[in-house]
Amino acid sequence: MKLVDAYTYLEKLRDFIYSLLEYRDKVKESGLEVIPIREATPLVRYGFISMFKSGVIMDVTNEKQAEIAENAGAVGVMVLDKLPYDVRTAGGVARTADLNVIMSVMNAITIPVSAKCRIGHAEEARLLENIGVDLIDESEVLTPVDEKNHINKWDFKTPFVNGARNLPEALRRIYEGASMIRTKGEPGTGNVAEAVRHMKLVNRDIATLRGYLLAGDYEAIWFYSKENKVPYELALLTAKLGRLPVVNFAAGGIATPADAALMMWLGADGVFVGSGIFKSQDSENRARAIVLATSFYDDPETVVEAQKMVSEKYSMLGIDVRILKPEQLMQVRGE
Amino acid sequence: MVVVGVLALQGDFLEHLEILRELGVETRIVKKPEDLSTVNGLVIPGGESTTIGTLMAVKDLGDHLVKHLEKGLPVMGTCAGAILLANKVADRVVGETNQYTLKVMNISIVRNIFGRQRNSFIANVEVENVGVVRAAFIRAPGIVEAWTPAKITGYVEHPTVGRVGAVAEQDSILALTFHPEITGDKKIYQYFVTKIKR
Repeated sequence: MKLVDAYTYLEKLRDFIYSLLEYRDKVKESGLEVIPIREATPLVRYGFISMFKSGVIMDVTNEKQAEIAENAGAVGVMVLDKLPYDVRTAGGVARTADLNVIMSVMNAITIPVSAKCRIGHAEEARLLENIGVDLIDESEVLTPVDEKNHINKWDFKTPFVNGARNLPEALRRIYEGASMIRTKGEPGTGNVAEAVRHMKLVNRDIATLRGYLLAGDYEAIWFYSKENKVPYELALLTAKLGRLPVVNFAAGGIATPADAALMMWLGADGVFVGSGIFKSQDSENRARAIVLATSFYDDPETVVEAQKMVSEKYSMLGIDVRILKPEQLMQVRGE
Repeated sequence: MVVVGVLALQGDFLEHLEILRELGVETRIVKKPEDLSTVNGLVIPGGESTTIGTLMAVKDLGDHLVKHLEKGLPVMGTCAGAILLANKVADRVVGETNQYTLKVMNISIVRNIFGRQRNSFIANVEVENVGVVRAAFIRAPGIVEAWTPAKITGYVEHPTVGRVGAVAEQDSILALTFHPEITGDKKIYQYFVTKIKR
């Protein structure tokens, strides 16, 4: 498993990118004055995300769903105006959720509350930071406002999670300051196929980079970075760690306990469940079952137990990704 | 040779395992009741206390753990772990919570006492018998009261919230409201290991 390097990578990452910001903080300290308490440093952001591991973050649209998620054992909720499935059906422009709804969720539950902003919409992100959400998702489920650039996330105290379909995309987001990555999958479809594909693409590239490193072929790593428009240092770090340098959750189409366990086997640190829970007809049981299957993915008996808690008759209907038109795909937004 | 278990239902258990290994301690992952009889001490990591509690209750691990604790199994709970050990738990915003906890330590704990994630911080904490520990407080709880045989052995001075209990000890149980595994400070682990050997 990933017992390897978990702590080492934390330290290395601090050395590499994060130390730049720690250094900036240090410069701000005047002369010999000692500041006893330092708020919201990069280490604190990173540390917060590592508490999510082996957990499930659930999409919710109101207080009641948030309470169901908390009681089921979710490690966090993501507040949206519409679940991804409904975003598809409704069409139009999808924006950040109603701030009043987000705040009422924050006051109703004790687990971390995340919310989505549009890709490139730094102002929506600032609003979310200001009301105090614990994690901001710069998400392709909403309609992007900038087709070319993402938000500079180093400007924020609040940690960000970004979607990625492959390793270069993930490393570009980390370079922009993302504290967490989620593989994109195809949101709102109830079809886990794309999530599987993205996780395997990430794994394959990591294995390739690791191979270069073990062969001592630094030129190949350099060439990979150049071809894929990622910083060489981040590619090298990934090769050394043998995994993504930040926590990576799987997302997009996870609808059953078995889907969640599968993503954990493929190397996800945890899962996001979007429409899968509240578009099913057995939400409460399904939420519990997915939490159980995620934590005990390596124990087949428990996953069987979890899978038996839900009925396929009540699963969300889902959409086959192959019948979606290219313009209906969300995963291609914001490379 | 002592064997320290780390509860691995959810949270940052990998970081704890890594530090313990660096200290030359033999480690075990604990996920099921039968795993408990193979360890001399246990670390309950940070994560979401409601999640870990829910999973503990589903698999009956909690009841077994309480039996081992009554027999004197040394345990160290960090952040969510401390919440799970406490007798009384409330949340700063929503008040009394009906979440599952082990209720084995005479402390009263308030969740998210410093606020939300944006109020998370790093500070030094002076801990009795241990010294100064570099501590990451992440959406951290605070120990607001301890009664015998539990005792608060470390405080954090916060500019707005004031003086809040950060470490408490009750015989073989140690509770920390912060994350030494995030800052990588090993002092408190060394202390816990000596407690196990004693």
